[in-house]
Amino acid sequence: MHDKTLTELAAGLAAGEFSSRELTQTLLARIERLDGQLNCLITVTPEQALASADNADAARARGDTARLNGLPLAIKDLFCTEGVKTSAGSRMLDNFVAPYDATVVEKLKAAGTVSLGKTNMDEFAMGSSNENSFYGPVKNPWDPTAVPGGSSGGSAAAVAAGLVPAAMGTDTGGSIRQPAAFCGITGLKPTYGRVSRYGIIAYASSLDQAGPMARTAEDCAHLLGAIAGHDLRDSTSVARGVPNYTEELDAPLSGLKIGLPKEYFGDGLDSEVESAVREAVNVYESLGATVREVSLPHTHYAIPAYYVIAPAEASSNLSRYDGVRFGHRCDAPADLIDLYKRSRAEGFGEEVKRRILIGTHTLSEGFFDAYYKKAQQVRRLIRQDFLDAFEEVDVLMGPTSPTPAFDLGANKDPVSMYLQDIYTIAVNLAGIPGISVPAGFVGDRPVGLQILGTHFAESRLLNVAHQFQQATDWHKRRPAIAEETH
Amino acid sequence: MQWETVIGLEVHVQLATRSKIFSGASTAFGAAPNSQACAVDLGMPGVLPVLNETAVAMAVQFGLAIHAEIPEVSVFDRKNYFYPDLPKGYQTSQMYHPVVGPGEVEIALDDGATKRIRVHHAHLEEDAGKSLHEDFHGMTGVDLNRAGTPLLEIVSEPDMRSSSEAAAYLKAIHSIVTYLGISDGNMAEGSMRCDVNVSVRPVGQEAFGTRAEIKNVNSFRFVERAIAFELERQIELLEDGGTVIQETRLFDPDRDETRSMRTKEQANDYRYFPCPDLLPVVLDRAYVDHLRDTLPELPADKRTRFENVLGLSAYDAGVLSASRDMAEYFERVKDTCGDAKQAANWVQGELAGALNREGRQIQDSPITAETLGQLISRVMDDTINGKAAKQVFQELWNGEGESADEVIEAKGLKQVTDTGAIEAMIDQVIADSPAQVAQYRDAEPDKRGKMIGYFVGQVMKASRGTANPQQVNRVLKDKLDALC
Repeated sequence: MHDKTLTELAAGLAAGEFSSRELTQTLLARIERLDGQLNCLITVTPEQALASADNADAARARGDTARLNGLPLAIKDLFCTEGVKTSAGSRMLDNFVAPYDATVVEKLKAAGTVSLGKTNMDEFAMGSSNENSFYGPVKNPWDPTAVPGGSSGGSAAAVAAGLVPAAMGTDTGGSIRQPAAFCGITGLKPTYGRVSRYGIIAYASSLDQAGPMARTAEDCAHLLGAIAGHDLRDSTSVARGVPNYTEELDAPLSGLKIGLPKEYFGDGLDSEVESAVREAVNVYESLGATVREVSLPHTHYAIPAYYVIAPAEASSNLSRYDGVRFGHRCDAPADLIDLYKRSRAEGFGEEVKRRILIGTHTLSEGFFDAYYKKAQQVRRLIRQDFLDAFEEVDVLMGPTSPTPAFDLGANKDPVSMYLQDIYTIAVNLAGIPGISVPAGFVGDRPVGLQILGTHFAESRLLNVAHQFQQATDWHKRRPAIAEETH
Repeated sequence: MQWETVIGLEVHVQLATRSKIFSGASTAFGAAPNSQACAVDLGMPGVLPVLNETAVAMAVQFGLAIHAEIPEVSVFDRKNYFYPDLPKGYQTSQMYHPVVGPGEVEIALDDGATKRIRVHHAHLEEDAGKSLHEDFHGMTGVDLNRAGTPLLEIVSEPDMRSSSEAAAYLKAIHSIVTYLGISDGNMAEGSMRCDVNVSVRPVGQEAFGTRAEIKNVNSFRFVERAIAFELERQIELLEDGGTVIQETRLFDPDRDETRSMRTKEQANDYRYFPCPDLLPVVLDRAYVDHLRDTLPELPADKRTRFENVLGLSAYDAGVLSASRDMAEYFERVKDTCGDAKQAANWVQGELAGALNREGRQIQDSPITAETLGQLISRVMDDTINGKAAKQVFQELWNGEGESADEVIEAKGLKQVTDTGAIEAMIDQVIADSPAQVAQYRDAEPDKRGKMIGYFVGQVMKASRGTANPQQVNRVLKDKLDALC
């Protein structure tokens, strides 16, 4: 059961081959047995999961044929879940039990899905390796000496290892796509505003977006349909109808115009990753697509602009963690300033502190124009690069990450870590959707192909990804740990 | 040296929306601590603000009322600082693109003249909670009921030159916001709060002196007192050869003084930046035009109309237009009795006196405007005389009777205008007062006018006040003169 796709599991449930309870029990047992090696989950919620599974089975018995009813998944620990610890991977929120459900969680519950628990992540979604978690790093299921990517590393690894068929992630600079690539799964970052941010603990509000992580594009299409939509509680969510994302999956790709941004194939790109990506592009050509080189001339400004805007927003978003109302409070504060200083010094990890400092600095009087304003101008140019490219081509393709998963502890220098996101970060600055699909290996470590589309082109991206998965079997490869059965 | 005072005001007006500016929690005053703070107000992880459209409409109405520019786009910014009653660690405000642009407010000066005070801009923001320092044994309590209450901060130009101008400006703002119904204007409950910027400069000097900002000035009276103290402090300092430093000072109404809170060097760097959780507010012209069309008549226009159309004195027009409740009451009295001057006299005389004695507001008057109008009508149509009218007013005030007519009837106060009855009473008084009649007859004709008062008094007494005094006067004079 554990290695099936969401779509296959849905069929199994519908056919009565197994119940949601049986499925849930199987996966809970796998988590119990295997997660000690991987550290994918911060919190496992067996009682709630079994209760949800029973509800789903009962609903099915009453004739409920909702497609996602009874399907298990896991949720990144950045989404507020009522009555369940929601830590954001931080000591700061180690004691925080959310009093409400995020909109995404609410929608997933309404769809009948069964949450097995909350996945590990880089603290406050800041990181590209999952090494910044208060709960310890997640191991890559393909190779326990490698990182799973970040920040949604727990979600990616759990899906890859067959602990859950799907998981929810969030992506601020690549946090869905890069771990999906590193773990050999499919991860979709929707258009900014497509999915409500309400109840997702904010890192960088103008960049954060939630999305599905699963084994196939088809599974992602089903999940996106469940979580997308306008939310009156999120003013930045877009009032726009939600299409049936599965409708276009089978559309043929003949005539598809693919652009390869030359900036995504330059210095720093691992040659084997490049080969895998070019091979994938060849597959598309064989499916009838045409390929041309395009340019995104401001690509090199994306990382600097991101590391001004995201920390600026983060420094403000994380001000609420002050030890006054919830979260970590230091012992016996001498006075108010002591309470603030020690609660925050103890509650936040190094990377979070680094970004708060950067953001505080760039917003300071005398620096605001030089940093924040300039970065916003750059952001507009980057967005325009993409809009110009999409005048010429339907989708852009390139590597999700310049290298396959690197070793745990390999990137000690923050800037070299930041450079991991070179191909993903501009996408968030532009607000466009992107998907990473498995496209080969370097040794035993997966390679991700990133496909980008214009705003609200999710149906197209899913179609393009799905057609690739009809023609290849990279997405069907499983690490050894996923092959383990009872 | 002669000094000139320069004053600018920042007035925070709490808008009378039912829910908060970015959440659905209630804004009602006086609830148990933290009972009106939802997840958004508490700044819980993951929550997002949603702008209350009514707050924007109210701000725009204010802007239109002061003839301000209403920019098409306004933007919310975050003002970052740490304080226990500021749950998110930032206040959502408008730093760079406020909802209301430059406008002006007309104030009435003591000499009856008017002056225009320019408003630099007005912006929307959320209020913070309250820190409670008492009753917690060395600790501080935080009440977040007020957190997220919508405020309109109205920032004037430094156009005021005396404490009384500042008070008049504050009253004008109060009058506008209560007229518009966008705030209850209750200063005691903090619905209007004021920071005052004060500086002095030698008369004739163009450059402004260094200013001090005085916080926590929360009544009309405190504005005058705080400025008076601050002026004296600055002038004394300068005349002793010192310099004024730019700083924030706190007004202490108990000691009647201002104290330094922090200097410019200690000032926070608020690290303003546009709030990424809120979209820019775009006001289309049709929406603004609609709000303009539904504006009520404003105090300045009303004052002009009262003076020019109704023929009231400048003073009466000013007093009666100062609050919307007062103006509406007066106009209803006037419409009922049909005489603006009589209505003005009664509202400002008998009614204002009674309200003052009991410390009531006009909206709490036990006598409705229609009832008072009817009472005035009964004087005008000679049903009762002025003295009886005052008695009827008192009876109505005390709740004895639903209408003027009912009281007049019940108390038998209807004025006697029947000549026969009056003549009979006069004949009786003359018959009962031979000595006074003799004195009258013996007096010089030009002294007799005064002496007639005694007879009038007796007749009125005999009629229990109901005789028409003018009629009594006239008939008495005829009868007494006939005896001479």
